[in-house]
Amino acid sequence: MLTLTCPCCGVTAEETELAPGYEAHLKRFGPGSTDAEFESYMFARKNPKGVHFERWRHAYGCGKWFLAARCTATLEVFGTYPAQTTEPPAAILDAIRARRPDWKA
Amino acid sequence: MKRYSVFAIAREALRHHSGWDRAWASPEPRASYDVVIVGAGGHGLATAYYLGKNFGITNVAVIEKGWLGGGNTGRNTTIIRSNYLQDPSAAIYEKARSLYETLSQDLNYNVMFSPRGVMMLAQTHHEVRGYLRTAHANALQGVATEFITPQRVKELCPIMNIDGPRYPVLGALWQPRGGTARHDAVAWGYARACSAMGMHIIQQCEVKGVRSEGGAVTGVETTKGFIGCNKLGIVVAGHSGQVADMAGFRLPVEAVALQALVSEPIKPCMDVVVMANTVHGYMSQSDKGEMVIGGGTDGFNNFTQRGSFHHIEETLRALVETFPMLSRLKMLRQWGGIVDMTGDRSPIISKTPLGNCFINCGWGTGGFKAIPGSGWAMAELMAKGEPGPLARDFNLWRFREGQFIDESVAAGVAH
Ligand SMILES: Cc1cc2nc3c(=O)[nH]c(=O)nc-3n(C[C@H](O)[C@H](O)[C@H](O)COP(=O)(O)OP(=O)(O)OC[C@H]3O[C@@H](n4cnc5c(N)ncnc54)[C@H](O)[C@@H]3O)c2cc1C
Ligand SMILES: [Zn+2]
Repeated sequence: MLTLTCPCCGVTAEETELAPGYEAHLKRFGPGSTDAEFESYMFARKNPKGVHFERWRHAYGCGKWFLAARCTATLEVFGTYPAQTTEPPAAILDAIRARRPDWKA
Repeated sequence: MKRYSVFAIAREALRHHSGWDRAWASPEPRASYDVVIVGAGGHGLATAYYLGKNFGITNVAVIEKGWLGGGNTGRNTTIIRSNYLQDPSAAIYEKARSLYETLSQDLNYNVMFSPRGVMMLAQTHHEVRGYLRTAHANALQGVATEFITPQRVKELCPIMNIDGPRYPVLGALWQPRGGTARHDAVAWGYARACSAMGMHIIQQCEVKGVRSEGGAVTGVETTKGFIGCNKLGIVVAGHSGQVADMAGFRLPVEAVALQALVSEPIKPCMDVVVMANTVHGYMSQSDKGEMVIGGGTDGFNNFTQRGSFHHIEETLRALVETFPMLSRLKMLRQWGGIVDMTGDRSPIISKTPLGNCFINCGWGTGGFKAIPGSGWAMAELMAKGEPGPLARDFNLWRFREGQFIDESVAAGVAH
């Protein structure tokens, strides 16, 4: 069972308390963008087997969105961080590299 | 290939079963083939089979990283039906269902197709409206289904409680020629028939890279070395994103875990397949007597082939109201498969941005029933280089064009 710590309220919750929100750090393309950009934003997904950055919501807790770095092949969690970031913070990247020396961002 | 028949059984019975051949050969790979298919699940093997049978292309290798049928094909709950809403879906799933009717004879291998009837319960008024609409659509598409009353549901499946307080049965969409088949046998039967045509089935051989030149594929790097090909078919379900990545393009696909479980074996008590989509549960009884139960998917990307426990709990909690006898059964085994979910929950059978490279994926939670039709359509696409009528609408570009095949939202179906 997946357990994540919500960076907003500090509660450590298991997955029945959380709602998954899929890939994080997507760059939004709206009106005025090309078809290819919009398609890529809307549908194309990284779907890595390994390190993945995701959106989660503490649905049955404080209700806030946050982000998590997780391994999709082992379910290991590297850390969680606030949703108000456009890329993973250095501490999270260090935590990933400590466990996955070969990983490339 | 020695044919299987009642005479073969009699002959072998007289000589201590010493004359049975291996069902398929396990050759070392050649340097190159006309066609390489990655993934020996049902869809990959069926593609190879119909390439040979319908188009005479037999210089084919099917490359599998694990064992044959060890992916979702050997992990699913084997429901076969074709009662879809949209025309492109009804066409390909009905093609598949009709091929299942004679697949055992066609392959000379008993795939144990059992058209015992599939019943999709309507447990909300929304579902009643949805299934009435599907029944009308199916009538126009030539797919034999009907909307039946709760009383008829009870007659067909007496163990069901149709008066549950929370999930009453308000009717059902009934497809009398839907049913189940033996999942391993489908993979084995196609493999044997492919091998008999001289195709190579190469197990324990993982594709690690896709080589291309001037925008067209030239072969694959594997754990058994480089294997060249003129045409490449990627048919790897949950790992589609990984292999597409090797080929240099991205897909609208995410991999999640889907679970199933079986109870201890009990005496025959249910001779139809029941699906309850409102509660994400579906059930049939296997020939061994186990109740085979499938549930919903996890909501997050997962490659671990096991799922979260609470999904099983939710599925059973909801099913117990409709099937009170379930509460007395012990559940024996649980497992998961990695299913490939697309943006519109419909599959992809398509050309790709890389020349001579074709992809078949996105069958998600419901592709076992489609195996023969999907193989048929994929073989046509690969042989001719252009999709035929069955595959045309399932192209990769529909996401950019907004031409979704919106089954999931339209019909509220899970499987
Ligand atoms: C629990 C569960 C229940 C289901 N219930 C039903 C149901 O009732 N009815 C229904 O119609 N469908 C059902 N499905 C869906 C169905 O199982 C799948 O859609 C279908 O089996 C997919 O077949 P496939 O051949 O595409 O994939 P798979 O059988 O998964 O085959 C893909 C193969 O590709 C191989 N592969 C992957 N990467 C590589 C690589 N790099 N190199 C070489 N080989 C590779 C894998 O090892 C695998 O064997 C269910 C699925 C699950 C998990
Ligand atoms: Zn919180």
